[in-house]
Amino acid sequence: MSDPLLSVSNLQITVPGADGPRAIVENVSFELQRGEVLGLIGESGAGKSTIGLAALGFGRGAVRLSGGEVLLDGEDLRQMSEAQLRALRGRKVAYVAQSAAAAFNPARTIGEQVIEVQLRHGLASREAALDQARTLFAELALPDPEHFGDRYPHQASGGQLQRAMIAMAMAGRPDLVVFDEPTTALDVTTQVEVLAAMRRVIDQHGTAALYISHDLAVVAQMADRILVLRHGRMVELDTTEAILHHPREAYTQELVAARADRMKELAHAATTPLLDIRAVSAAYGGGAHKVLFDIDVSVHPGETVAIVGESGSGKSTLARVITGLLPPAEGRIEFQGKPLSPALAQRSDDDLRRIQLIHQLPDVALNPRHRVGDVISRPLSMFRGLRGRELETEIARLLALVDLDPALARRYPVQLSGGQKQRVCIARALAAEPDLMICDEVTSALDPLVAEGVQDLLLDLQRRMRLAMLFITHDLGVVRRMADRVVVMQHGRIVEQGTTSEIFTPPCAAYTQRLLDSVPEMRIGWLAERLDVLQTQPV
Amino acid sequence: MMKAFFRALREASLSAWIGLVIVVGNALCAILAGWIAPYDPADPVGGLWEGFTAEHWLGTDQLGRDMLSRMLEGGQLTIGIALAVTALAFVIGVLGGFIAALGRGAVDQVLSRIVDALMAIPTLLFALLVLSVMGTSVPVLIVVIAILESTRVFRLARALALDLAAMDFVEVARLRGESMLWIMRREILPNTTLPLMSEFGLRFCFVVLFISTLSFLGLGIQPPAADWGGLVRENAQAINFGIAAPLIPAAAIAILTVGVNLVVDWMLARQGKAMLERPA
Repeated sequence: MSDPLLSVSNLQITVPGADGPRAIVENVSFELQRGEVLGLIGESGAGKSTIGLAALGFGRGAVRLSGGEVLLDGEDLRQMSEAQLRALRGRKVAYVAQSAAAAFNPARTIGEQVIEVQLRHGLASREAALDQARTLFAELALPDPEHFGDRYPHQASGGQLQRAMIAMAMAGRPDLVVFDEPTTALDVTTQVEVLAAMRRVIDQHGTAALYISHDLAVVAQMADRILVLRHGRMVELDTTEAILHHPREAYTQELVAARADRMKELAHAATTPLLDIRAVSAAYGGGAHKVLFDIDVSVHPGETVAIVGESGSGKSTLARVITGLLPPAEGRIEFQGKPLSPALAQRSDDDLRRIQLIHQLPDVALNPRHRVGDVISRPLSMFRGLRGRELETEIARLLALVDLDPALARRYPVQLSGGQKQRVCIARALAAEPDLMICDEVTSALDPLVAEGVQDLLLDLQRRMRLAMLFITHDLGVVRRMADRVVVMQHGRIVEQGTTSEIFTPPCAAYTQRLLDSVPEMRIGWLAERLDVLQTQPV
Repeated sequence: MMKAFFRALREASLSAWIGLVIVVGNALCAILAGWIAPYDPADPVGGLWEGFTAEHWLGTDQLGRDMLSRMLEGGQLTIGIALAVTALAFVIGVLGGFIAALGRGAVDQVLSRIVDALMAIPTLLFALLVLSVMGTSVPVLIVVIAILESTRVFRLARALALDLAAMDFVEVARLRGESMLWIMRREILPNTTLPLMSEFGLRFCFVVLFISTLSFLGLGIQPPAADWGGLVRENAQAINFGIAAPLIPAAAIAILTVGVNLVVDWMLARQGKAMLERPA
């Protein structure tokens, strides 16, 4: 075997803690050959991103690479000066972040930003760089590659931006690219396109890659070998084939099983609906931009209704209409048999209390300046008038209910992991003792084991409290697991609705079928097959 | 709390120390002016424009009054009024900006257009006009400058709050039925303290300069009292004879402004560092 491109041995990474440095990555070793793709997988807090950034010699915030070696082409990144590292980044190692939208400067064209690396390192003239960027855009199947670079970031969709970011990383012709959950924020149909583009470009350029993800099925499409991580330690490192079919460690087996087993059925209880939406249409911009057409949905007490569809199908808008943030243009909404005021301002405190919304991104749903305890105490004191000791006890009870340590009440959101933050949001919603919880993609930003934990929690809470749930999602796996009934939406209209088994038993509506087909299966070569199908029958 | 403060002081850079010494020194002089002034600032106690002597450390002014005493009194006026103006400008600007950002629609339009109109008029001309009509008492001076300065604060506060108003945590608060005031105070304000704090320092400096300008033009503090700008004006003629008297208040204005900026820089750097290093 030739010398590896990247060789990590006994890597130790620490952060400063209350009592001295605390290790978040310990004793991690692996090698990466030229042109090879290594998948890093594990739940949030497993140290995946930290290790990925270490391959660039970078530690986020107060993170220190405190021990071991990170050899890139035989040179130890830990011994390099900041200037040497800067000369390396973009040219030899590049990084693709999870959220492309946040990584682009909105004031400059995409093309300018893509060629910046080459100009900065003096790799090519402006003209040559732009030319090369156009080739990359074409390779990544971006629309109108000749002029795509002239667009500003807001003129491109999330999937296109993510691909533009890959172009940005590939522009410097690096030997190694670190992909940090590049498709997590995308819906399933867009994800397929981005995955395919990535696979193609990596193959063509013979680039080595570290592919970080929490979705085993996605990693299986991309990686030659997979490294499973947990709590900053290595669990298992083997070929993709071996990890999928013969996982040795218990944790890996659990991880594989969590992704594979998702079938679950629940009987649907017929009662008077808790929430009844009749012929609702809604529009933004004072009626100028119609986004919902003639929606009929009902939710019964204790029932979980899933609303599925790709981004832009109007799922979240429906949630805004129900909560009163966006009064409907037409139609009416009944709650417990009584009409619900269309606008938020006219609803009673009790109406507000009964319907709780949980957002997709716990990061922006929690005020960074409020402690966890304050976040949960506000609805308790507002809706239930709790004070003093009673309040403290209830906060602790709620935190325990969502499987969090009551001591976390004193923490700020930045000090929590993604899964913990989402649990805090759930606790905040539960504090109001709602009848209906609207979950807007609540688990899509979490990795599967943590997501599954949150889903189990929601299922359990729902059963115990006879809570009705409206589960908005693009993840069909979650739907099968959670929902009694499914409503499929596209372009603001309901395509079909029925019980979960009805919807998922063939024959399905064409659009439903397409959504189903876009869920990555845990098979090597699935992506190639899927692309063949897409090419023969374009959608 | 105190311990953390002293630790921060120990770790402060040289420029921060210079800034702190200037600001604290100025503040002490302003507060204690009445007690430490060697002479009555309104009393002619020497000859015209005497040089620096043991009796008159900073010499005397155009009427033979003790310059040091005049400077102390002027500092008290300048800093006191500037603080009052900045504070008032922030109350008006931040409140207005937050209301505009959260209210959106018509509220935002009306408030923003008023601010646009105010900003379109050259501030100095506007102040000159209002002050010559209303007369130049200290309260009028404070209110007029505060309103003019609040337009800048409004713009900043509105922009900051617009960003935050789009956050889900604000939506959660609205869904809970929180009042606008509560949202402004608990959800928006804590997330804007850092930029607002630095703006406060910067605004304070501009206000000092603005008051000084007005006084220099004769529309600020009226004789016999004089702030630093007024002192420059009274002694301006001396420059023709190579006498340093007008340079003393001018230098005081410059030093205060630089000092405040250094302290703001230090606080910003500290806050930024604290955010990065918050233990995970």
